[in-house]
Amino acid sequence: MSEKPKFVYVVYIAASPEKVWQALTDPDITEKYWFGFRVAANGKAGERMTATDSKGKVVHHDPIIESDPPRRLSYAWQPLYKDLQGERPSRVTFELTPLRDQTRLTIIHDEFDEGSKIFGLISKGWPAVLSSLKSFVETGRGLQPSFEEEAARRAAEDAA
Amino acid sequence: MDDVFKALADASRRELLDRLRAENGQTLSELCARLDMTRQAVSKHLAVLENANLVATMRQGREKLHYLNPVPIHEIAERWIGKFERSRLQALSDMKQALENRNE
Repeated sequence: MSEKPKFVYVVYIAASPEKVWQALTDPDITEKYWFGFRVAANGKAGERMTATDSKGKVVHHDPIIESDPPRRLSYAWQPLYKDLQGERPSRVTFELTPLRDQTRLTIIHDEFDEGSKIFGLISKGWPAVLSSLKSFVETGRGLQPSFEEEAARRAAEDAA
Repeated sequence: MDDVFKALADASRRELLDRLRAENGQTLSELCARLDMTRQAVSKHLAVLENANLVATMRQGREKLHYLNPVPIHEIAERWIGKFERSRLQALSDMKQALENRNE
């Protein structure tokens, strides 16, 4: 049996699994709540999930391990940032379970490389993405400012 | 949100969350091992935490693993902490930590 997962997150969203699935895989939607990232994850197993940041730079090009819309999606996780290169990819799995008129979305992140640097970043990242996703799907508004907005704000503050 | 505040308003339950933060994915037995609480009491507290979605569980074989789920706490923070306050609060919190470490 594999090692137990390192992170398991759950969020309840007042929307159908189909709608949540679309929000997780359609780049036109992810860019509105996922720190401005465009995440295209609608491929089949064996194809790639690609993610670009708000400047258009490709930051993920990860193999899709399993895709069973709108219930289960799993891809390898290996950000293409220089200081994280050389790590064995970890694995992210999304499970969508309908509960009356809601969806229970579970994220399981596991199979980290030993001494992984990504590991520490994850624990801050997913809760922010998930609350923003929930807010966006339910109200049409994401929560997080994109990195770009945040950078612009800081620049304005520094100039003042 | 009431469930979250009620669940957090108990020192034993916060202790359980601290333990999961230190080591995620523990079983009931592991959580009971170093606690001065009966298994029944721990089990009851975990049910309250799970009900508030502060603890997520998953089964692996015969074991039920417990995970700290900070998503509801994040939602609370998002509600009352504006995005423009965030970096200032972070700076204050860093400063507090740095000063406290120096006094040790």
